[in-house]
Amino acid sequence: MTEVKIAARGVQVYYGDTHAIKDVDVDIEDKTVTAFIGPSGCGKSTFLRCLNRMNDTIDVARVTGDIRIDGEDIYDKRVDPVQLRAKVGMVFQKPNPFPKSIYDNVAYGPKIHGMARNKGELDEIVERALRRGALWDEAKDRLNEPGTGLSGGQQQRLCIARAVATEPEVLLMDEPCSALDPIATAQVEELIDELRQDYSVVIVTHSMQQAARVSQKTAFFHLGNLVEYDETGKIFTNPEDSRTESYITGRIG
Amino acid sequence: MPTLWLFGLVLFLAAAGFLAARMRVMTAVSGDRRQLHSLPNYYGWNTAMKAATPALGLLVVWLIAQPMVIDSRVATLLPDQAVSADTTLGLVMSDVRRVAEGLDAAVAQGVMSAEQAGSIRAEFTDVRDRLAEAGVALGSNVSSEVLNAAQRYRTLAATGMLWMTIAVLGVACLGLAWSLRETRPEFRARNVVEQGVRAILLFAALVAILTTIGIVLSLIFNTIEFFRLYPASEFFGSLTWSPSFGGGSELGIWPLLWGTLYISLIALLVAVPIGLFAAIYLSEYAGPKVRAFAKPMLEVLAGIPTIVYGLFALLTVGPLLLEVFGRDGLGWMQAGTAVMTAGLVMGVMLIPFVSSLSDDIINSVPQAMRDGSYGLGATQSETIRQVVLPAALPGIVGAILLAASRAIGETMIVVLGAGAAAKLSLNPFEAMTTVTAKIVSQLTGDADFASPEALVAFALGMTLFVITLGLNVFALWIVRRYREQYE
Amino acid sequence: MTDATTLDVPEAPRKRSLTTVDSRTQKRNSAEKRFRAYGISAILIGIFFLVVLLGSILFNGVGAFQQTFINVPVYLDPAKLDKNGERNVEDIKKVSTFGYTPLIQNAVFDRVTELGIDTPLDSAKDMKALISASAAAQVRDVVIADPDLIGETVEFRILAASRVDGYLKDRVFREDLARDKNIDAVHLDLTDALREAGVITKTFNTDFIFGADASESRAEQAGLGVSMLGSFFMMLVVLILSLPIGVAASIYLEEFAPQNRFTDLIEVNISNLAAVPSIVFGILGLAVFIQFAHLPQSAPLVGGLVLTLMTLPTIIISTRASLKAVPPSIRDAALGVGASKMQSVFHHVLPLAMPGILTGTIIGLAQALGETAPLLLIGMVGYIATNYPDGLASGFLDPNSAMPAQIYEWAKRADPAYYERAWGGIIILLVFLLTMNIIAIILRRRFERRW
Repeated sequence: MTEVKIAARGVQVYYGDTHAIKDVDVDIEDKTVTAFIGPSGCGKSTFLRCLNRMNDTIDVARVTGDIRIDGEDIYDKRVDPVQLRAKVGMVFQKPNPFPKSIYDNVAYGPKIHGMARNKGELDEIVERALRRGALWDEAKDRLNEPGTGLSGGQQQRLCIARAVATEPEVLLMDEPCSALDPIATAQVEELIDELRQDYSVVIVTHSMQQAARVSQKTAFFHLGNLVEYDETGKIFTNPEDSRTESYITGRIG
Repeated sequence: MPTLWLFGLVLFLAAAGFLAARMRVMTAVSGDRRQLHSLPNYYGWNTAMKAATPALGLLVVWLIAQPMVIDSRVATLLPDQAVSADTTLGLVMSDVRRVAEGLDAAVAQGVMSAEQAGSIRAEFTDVRDRLAEAGVALGSNVSSEVLNAAQRYRTLAATGMLWMTIAVLGVACLGLAWSLRETRPEFRARNVVEQGVRAILLFAALVAILTTIGIVLSLIFNTIEFFRLYPASEFFGSLTWSPSFGGGSELGIWPLLWGTLYISLIALLVAVPIGLFAAIYLSEYAGPKVRAFAKPMLEVLAGIPTIVYGLFALLTVGPLLLEVFGRDGLGWMQAGTAVMTAGLVMGVMLIPFVSSLSDDIINSVPQAMRDGSYGLGATQSETIRQVVLPAALPGIVGAILLAASRAIGETMIVVLGAGAAAKLSLNPFEAMTTVTAKIVSQLTGDADFASPEALVAFALGMTLFVITLGLNVFALWIVRRYREQYE
Repeated sequence: MTDATTLDVPEAPRKRSLTTVDSRTQKRNSAEKRFRAYGISAILIGIFFLVVLLGSILFNGVGAFQQTFINVPVYLDPAKLDKNGERNVEDIKKVSTFGYTPLIQNAVFDRVTELGIDTPLDSAKDMKALISASAAAQVRDVVIADPDLIGETVEFRILAASRVDGYLKDRVFREDLARDKNIDAVHLDLTDALREAGVITKTFNTDFIFGADASESRAEQAGLGVSMLGSFFMMLVVLILSLPIGVAASIYLEEFAPQNRFTDLIEVNISNLAAVPSIVFGILGLAVFIQFAHLPQSAPLVGGLVLTLMTLPTIIISTRASLKAVPPSIRDAALGVGASKMQSVFHHVLPLAMPGILTGTIIGLAQALGETAPLLLIGMVGYIATNYPDGLASGFLDPNSAMPAQIYEWAKRADPAYYERAWGGIIILLVFLLTMNIIAIILRRRFERRW
């Protein structure tokens, strides 16, 4: 049994007057891929964005409850979200490379966090991150070309490499394959499986097949509630809640 | 005003045509409008349009062309000695026109009979006195050549008017008759009228092109005229600007260009940092309340006319700077009007220009870029400096270039705030002058319009137009390409 | 991806508490605060400039709305004004203002003696420095209007001289008197005494708003009224021409223009014209309307034409935006019931876009109203705009000034008294601009639809 990385208790999220997340309790384990599934608008992305306090950047969003990473409350006043986000990396739905070179994209995080003492170290961090992102072989000869010039799948792997470069402990992925074609999706899924060796990975997906393929644990969200959370195999073969069953058999969604 | 009468008459014909066509088509179907192709009014409009448009077009063309034709015919009448060394043909012709107008006025007021006006001779009558009685003041006595030409001018003008009336009314009647003939129930009046309206719309859109052509032509012709009197190599090569209306002027453009660029540079040094930081704060940090207050406040600065800034420079900023940098202070400044004065005030004027353009551009950087950066643990300022601004850079460069073009073309602030001396100096506390300020001073002085000292303004205008046009085209191209990138 | 471990790089300490902020993060956070402070100060500087600008306009300009007058009974001496005693207006008109000046000076002097004010000025002629040079004309006009007043003593409120006015408005100081040949300290003493006695009063100056311009030496008489009319006629021309042409051009470009290079050319042309320096439009006006078409110089008609060409791009750009904001479903609905394209535009799209178009037009007009540079080139400065236009044709065709040109003209006269007028003129100009902008905002608020 792996240790619990993130423990959330009684989490509520409000967007203005909308109650987006209702009293969610969940334990996310280390070195595991956890999938959040559910129909659109069910709050799975919103909850994901609570885990690295990305909701702070939205003026109208308000989060209450208790979220702990390694036992530390991340909404504690003393916590600097900047440090938190270095520890909890994030990959977004649409590949969003910066309008800079591939090298600078990956080096951006390490640079702002001061992780390298000199250029040589930075080069090594970039190379390691690109290898982790399974992009090194394709990109090593074009590190100075703009990241926006890569294909969609390559861009998303670049974004993963960029997130990995800051040495996070948790990696949040918000529908990372929804903008990719099947081949690129397969490559990214393979990569996610490998990342599990070192990180706790949380992935939001609208594809049940993807959740079944990559995740060990699955959480089903519906209308802002966490309906069911269990081993992936159990969720897909023998769900306890009738709503979960309706969703995975395609009756709601 | 026979032209106005003619205009009214044509409109009257058109109105009559409208009613006639409407009636004709309604009687043809004996009042049952369902048998018509179009609504009855369209038949009316068709006729009105065909009666009025060609006739009014002819009227306009005739009014423009007639003076030119008459001028050239009368000019050939003038003997060579009438255009002596100290005048030009243009001046003599304007004398001729003035005498002709005087004669018209005299006849209109009954001081002279029409017959007298046509037959008086300069040798026997003091035309100047007679015209003065009619309230027309002439600068000098009228020579017999000029008087003859003026009388010829009058006869030609009168004949021209007569023919114009006949031609315009003829065209109107022809259009009326033709369109009435085609007014039958099955006639597709609506389609024809819509074609006509569309042509009018197109013509309105062409006004923009005509304006540009007008600008270019008026600059080019006068610039060529200037270079005929003053060598272009001097204009672009000389480092001195010292016009003297007696002749022997040195009209080198460099001191003016230098002043223009220097003042613009200072203005940009003020406006770009302030405007850019204001835009960054407004678009990235400010809450809706601060934004709702600060943005309009800054934009008020953009709505204030430049004459106000000019006065502000001359009477507030200038004396203030003089107190600090003048004789009682640091001793760098001689007078309130200086490059620094004009530059500072122009900078203030440009702040909202830079900030609102940059605000738009920063806002069009996709949120995903910012999210990506925040997700990596970057602070807001790191995100702005290292992700948002580099992404927005081309657009911001475009905005700064537009601001530069504004600064270069600005007139009132430099006319009032920069001084009048054309100098090539590095001291920003010295008075210098600019291209625009000299355009104003050369064209509002007492200079003869045909002298190089006045015509140089057109060459300056041409330079200004080319520089600002180049900047604008380039900047608009950058901004447009930038926007397309994120659409 | 195990090859990552083959790179021998010192691992960053992985387990760090989130609640302790490390020194690097502290530094980054203070950089953040500094950056934010730059932003705030940029905005504050901008607003500061606005406040200074508006402050100096108000501070310097309010004075122009007050004027110093001398209230004295003037004896209209028949011996001087109407020697024949026939009260014939033609005869009375022959007496120039020189005939009136001594009467006024006597009247003021009499008042001074009557009040028993102690002053070294012991003759009527010494009163000259107190009285505006235009006072004589003021009295003469009253007499010519009503010759029967001759022989009577009439209470007049005559303009005080510009220096006296300036002294009471803290524009002329006693310290500067040494350099001033127009007035002495004794005059200022007398002014103080007369003000004490209520003979010299400062009242609201309606003549500044509605009056005509005056000559260089009579700042106290100058007003903005005539040039206001000039601006009015100019704006009339701009409105009559630019609204229909602008709307027609926008309709063509937005609804009918085919997608081709020619349309592109027109569009690029319009956006470039919007950025052409205004002075260039002045050159255009000078060369085309005055040099080529022989339209009268300094006429509001020509000014209006120039400003029309200058405003058109602005109006076209904003009109196109409001046409674009009307959703295509409206057009489809009209076309769907069998309306022609032209009918769908004129019956449905245009009325819906009208509030936006009017807003844009008003803002364009406001811009044109404040524009000065092109007017300088077509001759709307450099003379004294004293004649009110007598009728429509004269309003359009007779030489006139315009508000901003008049302000420039005053600023050029290099006299503190005229500077005060210039600032005051700016207040009036800004009031007009403010009103127009408020109307535009109200129009937008009230009629704007969000689709």
